[in-house]
Amino acid sequence: MKVLVSVKRVVDYNVKVSPKDDNSGVNLNNLKMSLNPFCEIAVEEAVRLKEKGVIEEIVVVSIGPQEAQEQIRAALAIGADRAILIKVESDLEIQPLGIAKCLKEVFDQEKPDLVLMGKQSIDGDNNQTGQMFAALANLPQGTFASELTINPTHVTVTREVDGGFQTLRLTLPAVITSDLRLNEPRYASLPNIMKAKKKPIDEITPEELGVDVSPRITVVSVDFPPDRPEGIKVSSVDELLEKLKNEAKVI
Amino acid sequence: MNVLVISEHNNNEIKESTMHAVAAACKLGNSVDLLVAGFNCSIAATNGAKIEGITRVLLADSEPYENQLAENIAPLIQQIAPEYSYVLMAATTTGKNIIPRAAALVDSQPMSDIISIVNEDTFKRPIYAGNVIATIQSSDKIKFMTVRTTAFESVLKKSSSAPIEAIEESFDLEKSEFVKNDIASSERPELTSARVIISGGRGMLNEQNFKLLEDLADKFGGAVGASRAAVDSGFAPNDMQVGQTGKIVAPDLYIAVGISGAIQHLAGMKESKVIVAINKDPEAPIFKAADYGLVADLFDVIPELEEKLIV
Repeated sequence: MKVLVSVKRVVDYNVKVSPKDDNSGVNLNNLKMSLNPFCEIAVEEAVRLKEKGVIEEIVVVSIGPQEAQEQIRAALAIGADRAILIKVESDLEIQPLGIAKCLKEVFDQEKPDLVLMGKQSIDGDNNQTGQMFAALANLPQGTFASELTINPTHVTVTREVDGGFQTLRLTLPAVITSDLRLNEPRYASLPNIMKAKKKPIDEITPEELGVDVSPRITVVSVDFPPDRPEGIKVSSVDELLEKLKNEAKVI
Repeated sequence: MNVLVISEHNNNEIKESTMHAVAAACKLGNSVDLLVAGFNCSIAATNGAKIEGITRVLLADSEPYENQLAENIAPLIQQIAPEYSYVLMAATTTGKNIIPRAAALVDSQPMSDIISIVNEDTFKRPIYAGNVIATIQSSDKIKFMTVRTTAFESVLKKSSSAPIEAIEESFDLEKSEFVKNDIASSERPELTSARVIISGGRGMLNEQNFKLLEDLADKFGGAVGASRAAVDSGFAPNDMQVGQTGKIVAPDLYIAVGISGAIQHLAGMKESKVIVAINKDPEAPIFKAADYGLVADLFDVIPELEEKLIV
């Protein structure tokens, strides 16, 4: 079996972003960039499936600027075999519909048995790409996955849903989007980081795939959320109850 | 403007989250249809017809729609979407599962987690875990979106009923099969609709200590939540998690107990009307988000709070 894992270069999750001075977008200058945490979990899951002998090959695909090679190398260091970079201009924001269309073309070329990806990227927080790609490729989807079991024809997936878990059985090929609890990604070892440098990365553009990735949604402005009025410290349970009752009027 | 709201239901009742999506829909257009798709769900359609603001209920009652599998519901939405300018669903896990799939089928770029409607094509939504708010404008003819339930008030029921029309077509991709649901059952209200939430963090130290919060929540008639740190430490199940990657809540009163206040957690609860923080570390970031902060040992003050509380 072959698995395709899509990954995204995003601002590191420890970085607190701010709007640009003219509020036209998010200020991304000189920020630490990383592999999106949910994508990292997807790569780890693929590597574990390979270690269990369920699959033979892991192909990583990313859509982004030339610099996205850094994140692709990180995925290769975890244990993916080879990669495809769908290269775009660094200032072009590719939206989930455009990404889903590109992935559909790569899917048709590579013909994997399983497609793994993160449930959302932590920049746009859209939580759309997996579902949209599944629709375009006419595949079943197991979103927000916390557990996978694969046999030659099906994948059984446990999904994190409101209030608990849901289990589905999907015909392969299928699309799985990872939630946080699917696994805990490993740290890449130094020998694996060195080995990853030699693994092949093919480059292609959306135009070569025949996909129009022009954005459908325009960002009008980006702002900080409104501040909450500053609170006060109370010194005792009695004072807290008095405030909740007479000032906040919630009890 | 015609608006379509996709409902969530249990075959009998329309879920509370859908009522918030209807409220958002009513701001977008004067004709709001409600799709009730499922199997043996005609009672849900009857109840949906009594929701304030609903013009018409579309009932798609067919076996493939049982359990609202996205693979089968999405082509149904694709079929009826051309009549509408907007297709909405609450930003629940079900809404997030279905809306993007349906939007892709009609070549529309959906908008997730809408918190505000600026005008007919411009909306606000949180990005970067709620650190910043983006105002976005859509150029798509049919606009698909999920709406944050906490950002829109619920709608009421009315005594009269909107007409119900049946949809006969049935779509079945035949590639996905429902196996089971493991939904936690609890006497307490659901997190997303509770008026009062008591949440515990790593400071609770272990699973047994969450009992203190449960007792306090029961006195309030409220729900119990947890931070990601508490869930990851095994103190609480994951469906109790409040935060960017858990539930987004906005109760009247949110009491954060032993929670430091990571950005991830704040993103899930900072829209609460009144926030109380109880933590023994006076430097904990949670105090910056709190209306009332009490620097104290939670194991002293939670029992005292429960004892002295008169609801």
